[in-house]
Amino acid sequence: MEILTIIILAVFVNNIVLAQFLGICPFIGVSKKIDTAVGMGGAVLFVMTLATLVTYMIRYYVLQPYGLEFLQTISFILVIAALVQMVEIILKKLSPTLFQALGIFLPLITTNCAVLGVAILTINGNYSLVGGVVYAIANAIGFGLALIIFAGIREHLDLMEVPKGMRGVPISFIVAGILALAFMGFSGIV
Amino acid sequence: MSIKETLSKGFIKENPVFILLLGLCPTLGVTTSAINGLGMGLATAFVLIMSNLVVSIIKNQIPNKVRIPSFIVIIASFVTIVDLVMNAYVPALHEQLGLFIPLIVVNCVVLGRAEAFASKNTVFNSIIDGLGMGIGFTFALTLLGAVREILGSGAFFGLSVPIYPIDEGGSPVTMLVFVLAPGAFIGLGYLISIMNRISKS
Repeated sequence: MEILTIIILAVFVNNIVLAQFLGICPFIGVSKKIDTAVGMGGAVLFVMTLATLVTYMIRYYVLQPYGLEFLQTISFILVIAALVQMVEIILKKLSPTLFQALGIFLPLITTNCAVLGVAILTINGNYSLVGGVVYAIANAIGFGLALIIFAGIREHLDLMEVPKGMRGVPISFIVAGILALAFMGFSGIV
Repeated sequence: MSIKETLSKGFIKENPVFILLLGLCPTLGVTTSAINGLGMGLATAFVLIMSNLVVSIIKNQIPNKVRIPSFIVIIASFVTIVDLVMNAYVPALHEQLGLFIPLIVVNCVVLGRAEAFASKNTVFNSIIDGLGMGIGFTFALTLLGAVREILGSGAFFGLSVPIYPIDEGGSPVTMLVFVLAPGAFIGLGYLISIMNRISKS
């Protein structure tokens, strides 16, 4: 039951993009086509889960016993950067098809603040190891969901007649605002 | 490029937020009021100037292959300093900005300037560039924060703006949506549109 609450809260109520404003750059940058949005969502799911698992262990089994909590930011970002590189190398060797699908998105993920953000939020939220991993997966799904819906809207937006001054980025932000407004309807269901 | 040009380009012409669309997460996340925007902008500006300074000093010592990880470590160190100092001296603001302070590490503006400018230019020019970009970023966040605060909570830097009708309870009727999440997207959308117009004319 607790797990279900974590999932619903993270995917719908506190959606990572539309309510917490993490991962806005890929949200605006790679949401022009549904195909790329799905690829990016998959890559984020993969990296976010792994990164949260590893940073959780570092925080509780390395930093805390030695009283080095102030090194959290530095160690987390280094671990995430190294992890992304490692995932890229391993994936290239083990599953070239998956690498083809996710490859171009992996380097972008290091600077995706959603990954570091969720790693820190997991620590701040005092989750257990299982709870933390579920939280990371749910947030990644929430990210993918927002990205895919937004990409779907933007594909249709290309065919619309938008006032000249609002074309391109400005109208995308207005659409994202309306989407955020829709997601606000989920608040209160848990 | 002259000092004045380097200093002023971040303001409108190459504004990191409105024109280059970098560092959007803190821009949207913390700007519920003008003071939050200003605090976040100044914290980022400090990290930007210091990391530009250090990167430009040691640029010749860093091997080319590991330059990005080295930049990230330099940036993360200054972010940790800002985090600890703000926690000690302005705990209320630190609480408000919360998660977005450690996230300055992944702000593309900071790494972008280290890579694109400081790793190729002299120490003095790098400081000026960091200062210019920092001012531009602070300007953008404060502007968006002020717009959202005025529309959403009827105040400007905490002082009330008496332009709204008063309801029976005695509180002003404002557009509450602007201090909530959707208002951030909508407000930034319109500001980008206006800034595009200004920078083109």
